[in-house]
Amino acid sequence: MTPTSSAPGDRAAVEAALAPAERAVRLLGGDLTERALRRHLEGLAGVDAVGLEQRAAGLATRSIKTTSKAWALDTIIRLIDLTTLEGADTPGKVRSLVAKALQPDPAAAATDASVPPRVAAVCVYGDMVPHAVEALGAAHGDPDDGLVSVAAVATAFPSGRASRRVKLADTQDAVAAGADEIDMVIDRGAFLAGDYGRVFEEIVAVKEACRRPDGSFASLKVILETGELTTYDNVKRASWLAILAGGDFIKTSTGKVSPAATLPVTLLMLEVVRDWYRLTGERVGVKPAGGIRQSKDAVRYLVTVAETAGEEWLQPHLFRFGASSLLNDVLLQRQKLATGRYSGPDYVTVD
Amino acid sequence: MGARLEIPKTYKLYVGGKFPRSESGRTYEVTTPKGGFLANAALASRKDARDAVVAARAAVSGWAGATAYNRGQVLYRVAELLEGRREQFVAEIRAAEGASEAKAAAQVDAAIDTWVWYAGWCDKFSQVVGAGNPVAGPYFNLSVPEPTGVVAAIAPQGVAGGSLLGLSRVVAPILVSGNTVVVVPDETRPLSAITLAEVLATSDVPGGVVNVLTGSPAELAPWLAGHADVNALDLTGAGDLEWVDLVIDGAETLKRVRDPEPGVPDLSLERITTVTETKTVWHTKSLI
Repeated sequence: MTPTSSAPGDRAAVEAALAPAERAVRLLGGDLTERALRRHLEGLAGVDAVGLEQRAAGLATRSIKTTSKAWALDTIIRLIDLTTLEGADTPGKVRSLVAKALQPDPAAAATDASVPPRVAAVCVYGDMVPHAVEALGAAHGDPDDGLVSVAAVATAFPSGRASRRVKLADTQDAVAAGADEIDMVIDRGAFLAGDYGRVFEEIVAVKEACRRPDGSFASLKVILETGELTTYDNVKRASWLAILAGGDFIKTSTGKVSPAATLPVTLLMLEVVRDWYRLTGERVGVKPAGGIRQSKDAVRYLVTVAETAGEEWLQPHLFRFGASSLLNDVLLQRQKLATGRYSGPDYVTVD
Repeated sequence: MGARLEIPKTYKLYVGGKFPRSESGRTYEVTTPKGGFLANAALASRKDARDAVVAARAAVSGWAGATAYNRGQVLYRVAELLEGRREQFVAEIRAAEGASEAKAAAQVDAAIDTWVWYAGWCDKFSQVVGAGNPVAGPYFNLSVPEPTGVVAAIAPQGVAGGSLLGLSRVVAPILVSGNTVVVVPDETRPLSAITLAEVLATSDVPGGVVNVLTGSPAELAPWLAGHADVNALDLTGAGDLEWVDLVIDGAETLKRVRDPEPGVPDLSLERITTVTETKTVWHTKSLI
């Protein structure tokens, strides 16, 4: 197995070269059978649940103050996928979400206070992608360049209960409409029934559906919905499965199931990503989503990322927060740091 | 039976319907006027004040949304429960203020009467201060008082005969129109305030409507005065602080501010209306 180069500049080239399922072929050999996959996943070392939760609790006790806190708050904003995934979403709602993504704190912009950075992406349902793209205009692009990308949930989000044909069409539509990132859900029913091959094939097929006419791929985030996987061992297997099948990101949850993202689950997924990096030299992203509403919680995630995968993961193409109300809380904390007084919800925009 | 082990009471804060210790872990000694030890009380920090404001904000919609009649019943219920625990209040006031039994009992009676008096105003004050305004057009024009939201209050400090009564006279009128309150009680004599909080916790007043932070007004008041999510500031007991600075801080976030006042405040309708906003609506008369 040859480690692939992973310097940020080479990223696009690596993505283009990496056809779906290639990772699995490299790791498990050319004869990619369901049996080989099962042997690999079930052969993974079990997770020490008590140790994992203790480690997460230990990381959550770090105290981040003053200038470190100011840095952390701005980093959190740069890593947010600002999300609206409601049945009641309208084009107007998406436009206001985009406005917030581009200028999170208009009050700071109007005064001489320091202006917060833009968020990484807006995350919407597939049919809202054209509205998001239109509203972003020239600001649409790679978050590493200070622009905002468009992420779309696809594959019959959030349940994933639809035929393969429908899921692929869902994905292709979103990519054709200009989505830069696709958040897919895995078939949890198949995974829990032990049908790993089916889940694997589906991720590979969706990755293929992310291919644009020019041969490049939309970034694929694979949602494991850890709240439905019940055990840490399952989360670990699903993480490996998603990475082997070509996922660019592994994401905890849809946000529609409770529990959504938790610190121990995210820590476990970061450990898998770190192990994958050590094995292949290739960096995979992690996105906790759902239930992260307070800056304090988000800072704990940053600490966990830095301590587990490494600080180089704290950039938009390797770590994201899927959140909606988190942004306002971060802005309130920023205002508190700037003015020395507690701020209130009247001083940030309504979502 | 041998001698019983003494069971001293832990006096804690009252925030969001719960009785937490200060997040800072700090406490201070509460003594009798002659310096004898009475109890350790929690010494609230700015972060406790922050948490209390969050709890108070969350409670506004429920309390302001309750009918005026219902709020009146709840405040009357506070008086009922105070009556049931009068012996405990009398004993605490005697110990804390060094007052005679008769004076302590008179203070408790006056406090109970305060809650009854303000309970009665709940569904009446809007008739008195609201209006149907005369306008030159085919409209009804109505002005009605509405609660302003979260009120931060400094209760009278060190006033003779005022540790319970002064607190009641400050808190009850704030609650009448549907505001919620974060109050700093008498710093040196906070025990009856915490016992009052126990009464409130068991008297149908929803959690978060009243939040009691025992500790130093000098430390807490600037944080509350500058807090952008506090709508009004009642500085009744802040006369010994740099209260002009507090008023300026309050003005910067557009708060209603009530200036300091010596002694125990009187019963007054004006205390209710200080923390209300007047809403005026125009309504067409076309259906007449």
